[in-house]
Amino acid sequence: MNTSVSHYYVPASSHWPLVGSLGLFALTGGSALALSGHLGLGSFGMGIGFVVFVIMLCGWFGAVIGESQGGRYNDQVDVSFRWGMAWFILSEVMFFAAFFGALFYVRQFAVPWLGGSGDKALAHEFLWPSFVATWPLLQLPDAGQFTVAKQAMAAAGLPAVNTLILLSSGATVTWAHWGLKAGNRRQLVRGLWLTVGLGALFLGLQAHEYWDAYTLMNLRLTSGIYGSTFFMLTGFHGAHVLIGAIMLSVVLARSRRGHFTPTHHFAFEAASWYWHFVDVVWLGLFVTVYLL
Amino acid sequence: MTEIALPQHHEHEHPSGITRWLFTTNHKDIGTLYLLFAVSMLFIGGSFAMVVRLELFQPGLQFVSPHFFNQMTTMHALVMIFGAVMPAFVGLANWMIPMMIGAPDMALPRLNNWSFWLLPFAFTLLLSTLFMPGGAPSGGWTMYPPLVLQTGMAFPFLIFAVHLMGISSVMGAINVITTVFNMRAPGMTYHKLPLFVWTWVVTAFLLIAAMPVLAGAVTMLLTDKYFGTSFFNAAGGGDPVMFQHVFWFFGHPEVYIMILPAFGIVSQIVPTFARKPLFGYTSMIYAVASIAFLSFIVWAHHMFTVGMPLAGELFFMYSTVLIAVPTGVKVFNWVATMWRGSMSFETPMLWALCFIILFSIGGFSGLMLGLAPADFQYQDTYFVVAHFHYVLVTGAVFAIIAGVYFWLPKWTGRMYDERLGKLHFWLSTISVNLLFFPQHFLGLAGMPRRIPDYAVQYAEWNMLSSIGAFLFGASQLIFVYVVVRAMSGHGEKATDQVWEGARGLEWTLSSPPPYHSFNEPPKVP
Ligand code: HEM
Ligand SMILES: [Cu+2]
Repeated sequence: MNTSVSHYYVPASSHWPLVGSLGLFALTGGSALALSGHLGLGSFGMGIGFVVFVIMLCGWFGAVIGESQGGRYNDQVDVSFRWGMAWFILSEVMFFAAFFGALFYVRQFAVPWLGGSGDKALAHEFLWPSFVATWPLLQLPDAGQFTVAKQAMAAAGLPAVNTLILLSSGATVTWAHWGLKAGNRRQLVRGLWLTVGLGALFLGLQAHEYWDAYTLMNLRLTSGIYGSTFFMLTGFHGAHVLIGAIMLSVVLARSRRGHFTPTHHFAFEAASWYWHFVDVVWLGLFVTVYLL
Repeated sequence: MTEIALPQHHEHEHPSGITRWLFTTNHKDIGTLYLLFAVSMLFIGGSFAMVVRLELFQPGLQFVSPHFFNQMTTMHALVMIFGAVMPAFVGLANWMIPMMIGAPDMALPRLNNWSFWLLPFAFTLLLSTLFMPGGAPSGGWTMYPPLVLQTGMAFPFLIFAVHLMGISSVMGAINVITTVFNMRAPGMTYHKLPLFVWTWVVTAFLLIAAMPVLAGAVTMLLTDKYFGTSFFNAAGGGDPVMFQHVFWFFGHPEVYIMILPAFGIVSQIVPTFARKPLFGYTSMIYAVASIAFLSFIVWAHHMFTVGMPLAGELFFMYSTVLIAVPTGVKVFNWVATMWRGSMSFETPMLWALCFIILFSIGGFSGLMLGLAPADFQYQDTYFVVAHFHYVLVTGAVFAIIAGVYFWLPKWTGRMYDERLGKLHFWLSTISVNLLFFPQHFLGLAGMPRRIPDYAVQYAEWNMLSSIGAFLFGASQLIFVYVVVRAMSGHGEKATDQVWEGARGLEWTLSSPPPYHSFNEPPKVP
């Protein structure tokens, strides 16, 4: 997809990347301090870092939006943005792959071995001879260290509803895209409203599910490997839904202000790609975390 | 091919002062920053290695405590891998790729700035742990639980430093891929791309696929330590060995991230000084691609002794030794390029030749380690240390140094001092072999790695190795002197082509090249 241009575009230098680094530095340094017991100084660093980071996001994206609206970007820049976003999404996929891999490994290998099967059954024999391998794993090898969950999360009910919600939000964002391409701004704005609304609904239900898990079911991050994989996978997914919803909200605000043309709307496409990615991850989650 | 219809704007500023470096979007400035950062990390990581070799100079505990020794081995590896070798390659990519493909700059110049400016902060986090209660991380760069979970205050700093380095490399990789896909001058087809560019595209792919997995692995460590998850805790149904799987799924591609660009550099240098086109250009590309593919299915060769089902041991053994095939193709092609060439032996060529020979030694010891039954003997001995230093020091680092000598005249417009370059080369080559070759013997005789003391029968080879280490460390000061001289405008003026046998777009630009390499797409021959 090599685009040819008669003259290249090179953007002006910018202080935003450095601001972003400072923000991340304060955020991570602060978190590290807080985790290692220096709560006061640590939270201070985290707070500052977070604020600086958000300012950076607004400033940097604001500058890029301004340049784009000013007509400064040629097609080559547009294609660079597309490639950048596509590879970024791949890196996110690989981040999730680490956690999916962990889930696969414990279900396929670690838990059965602890239960005494295969040629790695020594831990079973010497440490926990009475441990029985099951999934979802509620009875732990050594329950003393953990909060024992009373029951596992069922697939029917909220998770199934959430699946429907997220899938329909994929459809509404596509409907908005059709509107944009046809020059129908009403459809675009409505489609985006619907999508963001469905995303928010999803997050609300997810929060409700977590609440139930923590209070009624006693299923927590500390409930052994089932709770660990459950909360880390759905938690990171939820965080990505939030990011995607924020991206779509920005696109919505811009659409209402008349940004984007039927042929030129990279930001819209980037946000919707991200949304579809989040969607697909959820499908994987629904199948491997809830159903199987 | 699309023609643009929009009005043209070009930011033709040339900022100066400190903000030039802080806010820069220029690929050459950013490349320079990366390279300077890498060389300072090379010396910091190198000084850690000097402490290690000093302690191992004689049997017995003499200079540092075992705990500090462990901090030194751990920090040495982390600093060298993430601070020296990887940033050096990104720096070379920044400098050379736009010039090689006829682009004005990288595709995403601001992101490029961010990729660099995360690194100093990441390493501030990491290096600050040296001064914390409990000291720096000391459980080894591989961060295996449960040991690493005993790290003191340094632990979360280590994790977040790794996160920041990961973000930096992923963004750098995205930039490289996007640049090559989208910024090539018209006519610069994939079959004309210089090999350095090709190897970097594949490396970038590896980075994008592997670094996030490391991020996931260390995140699980973090939650295991502070938030009560049990990924690596068998009492809760997890498995400490699982960490090793996730880590090495990243870790083996990572070692190829550190060698593929080196292959690229050598593939630029050898044809130049043999005055012949590269032999087997297409097969070189396929070899790099298949090495990259295989690198994702060999990870458990680092875990042969940990315990795997027999089928696993066999699978990972066969896939590992399979890598020797594409690697052999590359070595064959370099040699065939030189065959009947009109060779000359300037400093870059000397380093590249030495790379081919010494890297092959590392490849052979890798093959030995790849045989599962044999590895039961070698695992965690100095033989492994010898192996990865042959591939990383005489492999990756030698290629980086070769590349710097090769391109320095282009960057600075000045020829370096050939006599000093050769002195640097010979001193380094002799001392590096004195340093690492005896470690093969030590390992085969059973000396374990990462231990500050050893039985007396290992004394002689250890002393020789330490002497080699001090010499090698000192020789690098010559390098700094040579580079600083050229950078400060001393030495003969370089021509645009620099080397008689040099071919490619980058050699058509002036030396030093203009601030924006190509403002208009150049004609590709
Ligand atoms: C023909 C190619 C190669 C083969 C077959 C191979 C094989 C192996 C094996 C089996 C091990 C594990 C040894 C043990 O722990 O018992 C190992 C370790 C290692 N290899 Fe290689 N290797 C090859 C090339 C490379 C390259 C090109 C690099 C880097 C540029 C590299 C870097 C390393 C490192 C860093 C370790 C040690 C990691 C650690 O435990 O700290 N290897 N190699
Ligand atoms: Cu490996």
